[in-house]
Amino acid sequence: MLSEFLQFLFSGVTVGAMYALAALGYGLIYNASGVINFAQGEFIMLGGMAAVFLTEAGVPLPVAIVLAVAIAALVGLVVEKLAIEPAGNAEVVTLIIITIGASLTLRGLVQIFLGKGNHALPPFSGETPIAVLGATLLPQSLWVMGVTLVVVAALAWFFGRTILGKAVLATAYNKLAAQLVGINTRFILLLSFGLAAALGALGGILVAPITYTSYDAGIMMGLKGFVAATLGGLGSGVGAVVGGLLLGAVEAMTAGYISSAYKDAMPFVLILLILFFRPQGLFGKKTTDRV
Amino acid sequence: MTVSRSSYGLTALVVVLALLPLALPNPFYYDVAIRIAINACVAIGLNLLIGYTGQISLGHAGFFGIGAYASAILTTQFGWPPALAMVAGAAGTGLLAFVVARPILKLKGHYLAMATLGLGIIASIVLVNETAYTGGPDGMSVGGFSLAGWQITGEHAWYSVVACLLVVVTWFALNLIEAPAGRALQAIHGSEVAARVVGVNTTAFKVRVFVLSAVLASLMGSLTAHYIGFVTPGLAGFFHSIELVTMVVVGGMASVFGSILGAALLTVLPQLLSTFEGWETVIFGLILMLTMIFLPKGVVPTLRLRFAKEEK
Repeated sequence: MLSEFLQFLFSGVTVGAMYALAALGYGLIYNASGVINFAQGEFIMLGGMAAVFLTEAGVPLPVAIVLAVAIAALVGLVVEKLAIEPAGNAEVVTLIIITIGASLTLRGLVQIFLGKGNHALPPFSGETPIAVLGATLLPQSLWVMGVTLVVVAALAWFFGRTILGKAVLATAYNKLAAQLVGINTRFILLLSFGLAAALGALGGILVAPITYTSYDAGIMMGLKGFVAATLGGLGSGVGAVVGGLLLGAVEAMTAGYISSAYKDAMPFVLILLILFFRPQGLFGKKTTDRV
Repeated sequence: MTVSRSSYGLTALVVVLALLPLALPNPFYYDVAIRIAINACVAIGLNLLIGYTGQISLGHAGFFGIGAYASAILTTQFGWPPALAMVAGAAGTGLLAFVVARPILKLKGHYLAMATLGLGIIASIVLVNETAYTGGPDGMSVGGFSLAGWQITGEHAWYSVVACLLVVVTWFALNLIEAPAGRALQAIHGSEVAARVVGVNTTAFKVRVFVLSAVLASLMGSLTAHYIGFVTPGLAGFFHSIELVTMVVVGGMASVFGSILGAALLTVLPQLLSTFEGWETVIFGLILMLTMIFLPKGVVPTLRLRFAKEEK
């Protein structure tokens, strides 16, 4: 009983960590611009795919991982420069469609140049499972959880202790006021896109040895990352992490105890129920309209 | 002035639809025209919700899919007459939309986008998994549409039916937005609090327009099922929802004729792009981005603004 439960929990937390990274990316961009970046899922895919093809080309795994994150971050910057910045102060729906256009373009390009096949990255440190109270834990899961933990700590330091991080928070809080005190909000937006893309790509790379990746893997992962971000409350860092982990756990429990066919539906049922009772997500701030 | 302009528009639409068959050389073009008209009806309904009332929905394909599958399942497995199945599907969709509308439309902006998106995805996952009824991912076939012994057969008949429907839906939407109810919807778009202050029951209006657009999507889904003769879960999928929203936004928010143009563009474009083997998705994505960057208000409102400036 317990071993079964633990088994589901391990796989849930592993995937959940990736959702958390993606959700942090959504939150960053949302805070900087008020936009939900529907291309976030493609960064997850891009990270995984780039790492796979770099290692296949003979690049050592650690170098390939760093390069793949850098490539995704660069693509994130390009998307912001070429698609988001020129749109200026367009309506939210318009911006959403621009990011959807960007995601289609990225997905299409990967499909053309890297093909339609499924790929897996070799695990970072072997495949010998570790036995924990009757359940087994893949070494890769430890990598996923460990790296996510480090990233979250690094982000907390960045936002809490550095001038740049505080500038990002200030921009999120009040863009105009941030401009008035001399913060280059345009640069902050660019930075947020790069950072969000890097976070998404890192998540995609970490789980690629477990879940496989392909040109269209980003759609569902991106949507679930969005669910995780909304679950915790858009723009809340703690919310993104809690939302991601909770979502991963619920999904794994559904697959294990209820029905694996409805595993993909569960995140959306969960988010609907939560939004019905807490329209601002678990950790989101209640907003009021100025008229 | 607005009234006369929209009645000019309606007349122009009738003329174009009546003359179009003369310019359609073969069944392939008829097929495209029929799909445009069906999409246009859904897009107009969705525009009432998104463009006029300012409430986004990323899940309308779910309603479309429910309508399509209601028709497919009720006619083939339970032997219902198509018209009855269509009405039942629309009623079911309307009921579902009504039940979820209240809690969902309390949400704003991205939370609303999330909730509607979730609703659509749940619908499509159910359609994929309930294989016994829906045929699963492979879909199922559906018979033709007939009403009181009269059956719609051939592209000419289908064209006439959907063209008439498009005129009716356009006429209805144009009237609605000029009516007090339509003014109320636009007031909600402007500022919900302000609308409530001047006495608009915002919740009731939002629920009504949500149900209206969902029922319209369901009806068109039913028609599509009979027209194509086959349904797949993709009809309810996320990508279809996005296509529908894109029709509204590319054509022009809060523009009925914009929705028709948007539907036409988004239906024809994939056909044109199919010649660029493999590159369709990339080019489609690029066109989407470029249109939104350079015409953020959509094609029709941007053009209208430009002409208005020139007149001055």
